[in-house]
Amino acid sequence: MDQPATTVYLDHAATTPMLPEAIQAMAEHLGDVGNPSSLHAAGRSARRVVEESRERIAQALGSRPGEVVFTSGGTESDNLAVKGIFWARRTEDPRRVRILSSSVEHHAVLDALAWLETFAQARVELLPVDASGAVEVAALRAAVERDPASVALVSVMSANNEVGTLQPVAEVVAIAADHGIPVHTDAVQALGQVPVDFGTLGVDALTLTGHKVGGPFGVGALVLRREVAVTPLLHGGGQERDIRSGTLDTPAIAGLARAVELSVRHQAEHALRVGRLRDDLVRGVQEQVPDALLNGDPVRRLPGNAHLTFPGCQGDSLLMLLDARGIACSTGSACSAGVPQPSHVLVAMGRSDDSARSSLRFSLGRTSTAQDVAALVAAIGPVVERARLSGSRAAVGR
Amino acid sequence: MRVLAALSGGVDSAVAAARAVDAGHQVTGIHLALARHPTSYRSGARGCCTLEDAHDARRAADVLGIPFYVWDLSERFHEDVVEDFLDEYAAGRTPHPCLRCNERIKFAAVLDRALGLGFDAVATGHYARLRTGRDGGVELHRAADGGKDQSYVLGVLTQPQLAHALFPLGDSLKSDVRREAAGRGLLVADKPDSHDLCFVSDGDTAGWLRERLTERPGDPVRHAGDIVDDATGEVLGHHRGSYGFTVGQRKGLGIERPTADGRPRFVLAIEPSSGTVRVGPREGLSVDRITAGRPRWSGEAPPGALSAGVQLRAHGAEHRAVVSVTGNDVEIRLLEPAQGVAPGQSAVIYAGTRVVGSATIESTRHARSVTG
Repeated sequence: MDQPATTVYLDHAATTPMLPEAIQAMAEHLGDVGNPSSLHAAGRSARRVVEESRERIAQALGSRPGEVVFTSGGTESDNLAVKGIFWARRTEDPRRVRILSSSVEHHAVLDALAWLETFAQARVELLPVDASGAVEVAALRAAVERDPASVALVSVMSANNEVGTLQPVAEVVAIAADHGIPVHTDAVQALGQVPVDFGTLGVDALTLTGHKVGGPFGVGALVLRREVAVTPLLHGGGQERDIRSGTLDTPAIAGLARAVELSVRHQAEHALRVGRLRDDLVRGVQEQVPDALLNGDPVRRLPGNAHLTFPGCQGDSLLMLLDARGIACSTGSACSAGVPQPSHVLVAMGRSDDSARSSLRFSLGRTSTAQDVAALVAAIGPVVERARLSGSRAAVGR
Repeated sequence: MRVLAALSGGVDSAVAAARAVDAGHQVTGIHLALARHPTSYRSGARGCCTLEDAHDARRAADVLGIPFYVWDLSERFHEDVVEDFLDEYAAGRTPHPCLRCNERIKFAAVLDRALGLGFDAVATGHYARLRTGRDGGVELHRAADGGKDQSYVLGVLTQPQLAHALFPLGDSLKSDVRREAAGRGLLVADKPDSHDLCFVSDGDTAGWLRERLTERPGDPVRHAGDIVDDATGEVLGHHRGSYGFTVGQRKGLGIERPTADGRPRFVLAIEPSSGTVRVGPREGLSVDRITAGRPRWSGEAPPGALSAGVQLRAHGAEHRAVVSVTGNDVEIRLLEPAQGVAPGQSAVIYAGTRVVGSATIESTRHARSVTG
């Protein structure tokens, strides 16, 4: 018996299909020989692809080419930024032991911070968020001003990956800049959905990854201001200005560059189209399930994100029932065993564990259509009814 | 039917799910996450509860081409099985948590949710048979493979639970199941059988109990106590906690003085309130009267008295007995005495190969020692 295939994909925030142009750019180089670090013609040819890709990404993001450091993706970029900048800053001045961040960061930041706390004597302060999930700027200001000289780094994401709320990164930068404190932002979800310009934003480090913007898996970048010192995590051949050793993946980098370029170029029209679909989705779902609650900021949010709480339902029951109908969505964050944990984001927003477990994220992308939204709206009523039944059933034989 | 197959990550549940697929059912696989802090890798021969087991379950589902999910039942499992196990030990009883798990988790929490989600049945890899009885009800019978028969740990299931259960392995021999797994390309074909308690990761049950029971404030069992000769009342030694003992235990009593006649001593009784552990000769273990409570009947409650077979522990022998039922009180009179029967164990009652029901042992005695 075949299991039902996914026909309605509403999990673009987890990963989104590669752009045909990015597949083509990548495929063009898969057969090439040549290590970009080699000195011969084949090496130079590969190096040229890498450097042209770097320039294209820099152009798209408003940075200098030399500020683009290629990595294996978002997790590595976040780790490099958080650990590398912390170490470099503390080496410069041992008083700098504090890291300020938000309580709704991705685990690639949160767990890196927890590690620094345990193994590198960092003092991590996770700033509270409001009910919409936006970091409280006043709390950040107070935390910085309490003792600016002791802050090594501030890290606040551009947009939350679960509830889609945009973070006040410009205000964060303004506060930190007064004291010369570097700011890192994880822009993995924001890129291609909202304007992301490294120069305008004023951050010192920015994380991006390929597979969220129509590029390949396993490649990303940390855009890092040249003036910011960073201690490397990976040691070896000294690639990427000695910041990130490891043979460069020429085809993946070519695909990444094409995807970044196109997603930035088409960001405005994409946001408009996907934002309309998202609004239709939320309206349609709430018509079927009147007590479904939209989480996150209703306006200042990623255009492709709809995060909803369905009171009385378990999120993983909903996911399973939708999956059986070929509709793919997410319960938010999943641990390695595949066990849904109550979302740390919703808990930070003041929700109970139960409410956090009753939520689903639908995320739209380039390939999403009105038919996808219609299919979800048609399914959600019976699915919610069913999930409620399964949650409230009296125990058999008790 | 729409069938939910519980995949532990072991060979039995994988083949059970495969057979449910072959039977034409629409099968969805689930792995139950029962540990609150799962460890990454198996230690010893345990067969569930680690991330590696969840991985094995997922790979089995891939091979079968069925959807697969992990259900987090760790909180329910902790409350209904682990805490219950601790309470029972603290009270000086010897429970079997697998029965509790089947009663409260697999065929209650999981089954309830499955039925709510629109499934018709839960399939597991237990070795037991289901048949339709003359009254149209579902009967639970011993498995064809006597060595693997698990009807004992299913003896707590009632008719509504059995009506939604599937045990596709009941007619098979374990060796055939392994062969079939290999033939189907299931990578778990050679995985060792699970034994021990799944929530005691290193298999050291006494150490696990000591660690947890000593953390409980005010628990009488955290106190050390005396080891006393049951016949004379003489104190023979001391111990660190009565949870380290089970009725019938011979080894590890820590008594330095040998008996006068050189015969070994056994634990005869545990009194958790005083911490006293009573020891004596093997004959002191013999019991032929068992009082049990909390009965759970597979079908209708048996009327009055019945001549039956009674199994007192997993993979234990079946004893001939007369069982008298009065409401929730079950009196079991064994025709031949049995040894090492501890309060807290379950007595599962059989009529031939059919499970009649089960009850939890409350007290035991030997008719001769009472009358004589």
